[in-house]
Amino acid sequence: MAEIDDNLAQREAIEVDRSKGDFKYEENYAFDAGVGLTPATIDYIAKVKGEEEWIREFRQKSLKIFQDQPMPTHWATADLENIKFEDIRYYLSKGQKPVRTWEEVPDDVKQTFERLGIPESERKFLAGVEAQFDSEAVYSRMKEELEKLGVIFCGPTEGLRDHPEIFRKWFGKVIPAGDNKFAALNSAVFSGGSFIYIPKGVKVAQPLQAYFRINAENFGQFERTLIIADEGSEVTYMEGCTAPKFETATLHSAVVELVALKGAKIQYITVQNWSANVFNLVTKRGVAEEDAEVRWIDCNIGSRLTMKYPGVVLRGKRARGEVLSIALANDGQHQDTGAKMIHAADDTTSNIIAKSISVGEGRSTYRGLVHIPKTLANCRNNTECDALLINEHSRTDTYPAISVRGRKNSVQHEASVSKVSAEQIFYMMQRGLSEGEAMSLAVNGFVNDLVKEFPMEYSVELKRLIELQMEGSVG
Amino acid sequence: MPDSLVIKNLNASIGDRPILKDFSLTVPKGEVHAIMGPNGTGKSTLSKVLAGHPDYTVQSGEAFVDGEQIIGLEPDVIARAGLFLAFQYPSEIPGVTIANFIRAALVARQAKGAPFDAKAYYAELYAKMDALKMDRKFTSRFVNEGFSGGEKKRCEILQLMMLKPKYAVLDETDSGLDIDALRIVSEGVNAMRGPDAGFLVITHYQRLLDYIVPDRVHIMWDGRIVHSGGKELALELEEKGYDWVKKDLAKA
Ligand SMILES: Nc1ncnc2c1ncn2[C@@H]1O[C@H](COP(=O)(O)OP(=O)(O)OP(=O)(O)O)[C@@H](O)[C@H]1O
Ligand SMILES: [Mg+2]
Repeated sequence: MAEIDDNLAQREAIEVDRSKGDFKYEENYAFDAGVGLTPATIDYIAKVKGEEEWIREFRQKSLKIFQDQPMPTHWATADLENIKFEDIRYYLSKGQKPVRTWEEVPDDVKQTFERLGIPESERKFLAGVEAQFDSEAVYSRMKEELEKLGVIFCGPTEGLRDHPEIFRKWFGKVIPAGDNKFAALNSAVFSGGSFIYIPKGVKVAQPLQAYFRINAENFGQFERTLIIADEGSEVTYMEGCTAPKFETATLHSAVVELVALKGAKIQYITVQNWSANVFNLVTKRGVAEEDAEVRWIDCNIGSRLTMKYPGVVLRGKRARGEVLSIALANDGQHQDTGAKMIHAADDTTSNIIAKSISVGEGRSTYRGLVHIPKTLANCRNNTECDALLINEHSRTDTYPAISVRGRKNSVQHEASVSKVSAEQIFYMMQRGLSEGEAMSLAVNGFVNDLVKEFPMEYSVELKRLIELQMEGSVG
Repeated sequence: MPDSLVIKNLNASIGDRPILKDFSLTVPKGEVHAIMGPNGTGKSTLSKVLAGHPDYTVQSGEAFVDGEQIIGLEPDVIARAGLFLAFQYPSEIPGVTIANFIRAALVARQAKGAPFDAKAYYAELYAKMDALKMDRKFTSRFVNEGFSGGEKKRCEILQLMMLKPKYAVLDETDSGLDIDALRIVSEGVNAMRGPDAGFLVITHYQRLLDYIVPDRVHIMWDGRIVHSGGKELALELEEKGYDWVKKDLAKA
């Protein structure tokens, strides 16, 4: 309707407002675990963090699992073989980010900041020029508000140290170290991330932004996040920002565990734009108890290889799980993404909508898993995966694994592959749009119905990000 | 000629097959010219070559929009120079609403970063849709997706009216239109006639020219104009058919 278009018009006018922070130059009280990964590295991290013995043991055990498990190249891509684990620094604390000068930052990165309207004060931090972005002030204001509600919002070290009665019970339970090789790696060396607890019945109106919290600490390559929403509570968590993270670190491996207790709702939103050298290997899973809801909104742009399949274990009756995902693979990139829905109680419903865009030589893969055992009744799943190819060199694959047993359950699966044709581009260009504008309009049209589900500022950022990607892809 | 659409000795081919053969034509601003000609004679090809379609190769010749040479330019540059093409077969753009599409086309004509007056835009869009008797619901439909043949043509004319080009090529806009729609669409085009716009109307039928009365009529045959005259030429053609043109050509 006309109102919708007016809405869109208004949306476009909204500028993304991130509170600005000042920079501070950190004294060099650095800790550095050196390169490579051995039991000594683990002991070092545990010691620096002042962790209790059980955490150190958990890390050591995880390291063993990591080392014993083979690379999942038998089902994923052989590109994983190119990760040089022995060259990676597994722990860098404050002040130890590689320092470069603003002059050394590539022009295209600078231009991207310009175009995205990133505040001047944040550009240097995001470009890896500034050692530390001090958003402490923003964070502590936010924290104060939350404390009034009884919400805990801290890092893993603090969380496990100060609130073991809350976090220890679930830590490493939704995603055990042995879940997969990269979950094991994260469990061994995790550092940074968010630990959140929402008390019973508390509905947090404002989304919690990882942006400030994690910056206040340090950008973790091995972030660990655990969110527990107690009975009847509600929370939205936002991770990442659309600025390209220009980093020398090439391996990012996070673990995110969500626990929605009876009647609780968790919405977890990610918009990430990695630079083209990054391996982004992330494990995300939520547990939804009776009448609870877990919803993942996941947008992956950039990176060399992203492997990410957010999942929900529907453990209580009438629990709901949802994954809405968008992946954009440009030249030389591979987005291997998908979703997992494990139904483990009657009357549970799950919904997966995955859209992927492959540009140039880009490649996107969808891997889905829906499991409904025959002992259950009245379970429903809807899966929709759509791929858009921008030209004939791009590639898409779909691997939906659906195991649904029992006659009382239903599953609906739709998949489509479409192309932006030369005729469509010509038609749009005949109206005065440049080739890049035409392509980004087509891509935005393709993701449009899904993006409508996103919070407004994220949909605006995403739209701008797509425009940038498409402009860059025109020769 | 600064105030004309000028096409000079254009030779163009698809693959190694020549379609336009030394095609020349001038449409002065303020005039409506009609091109008629049998199927496959190269009318749509002419419109696409002018619009800069990448599938066609231009061997020689030139075309000017108010003195600006357009052959060899990118399609979007040609469009912004002031040439609009109402397609015989418009493309569908899934997920992109008409309102957003036309808006993007208008924004592309503005200086970078200039503010867009959304309120004025919608007021104008609705007024033009009312004039074309298009339901306002169409603003949120996706460009041409699932449109009937007639709806597509109306949507082309809506875009024409919103973008206000210097010259418009209308490729068989009448095909697929019912009698009422034909009159409504023609009224839309007539409303745009004036000293600032020139039109090249491609059609097979006199009935369109009953509504959009042309200043000149040209008959195209095998890639070039073989006959030109006033509006009565179309009537003559309707009466006698193309055989007459063929005999005429044989004589020459
Ligand atoms: N992309 C193409 N590939 C192959 N042949 C083409 C292509 N485009 C046009 N042609 C051929 O060029 C010739 C001219 O086609 P064009 O569409 O210009 O004719 P037209 O005069 O518009 O015909 P009609 O009155 O049927 O619309 C036809 O023989 C057509 O088959
Ligand atoms: Mg034609």
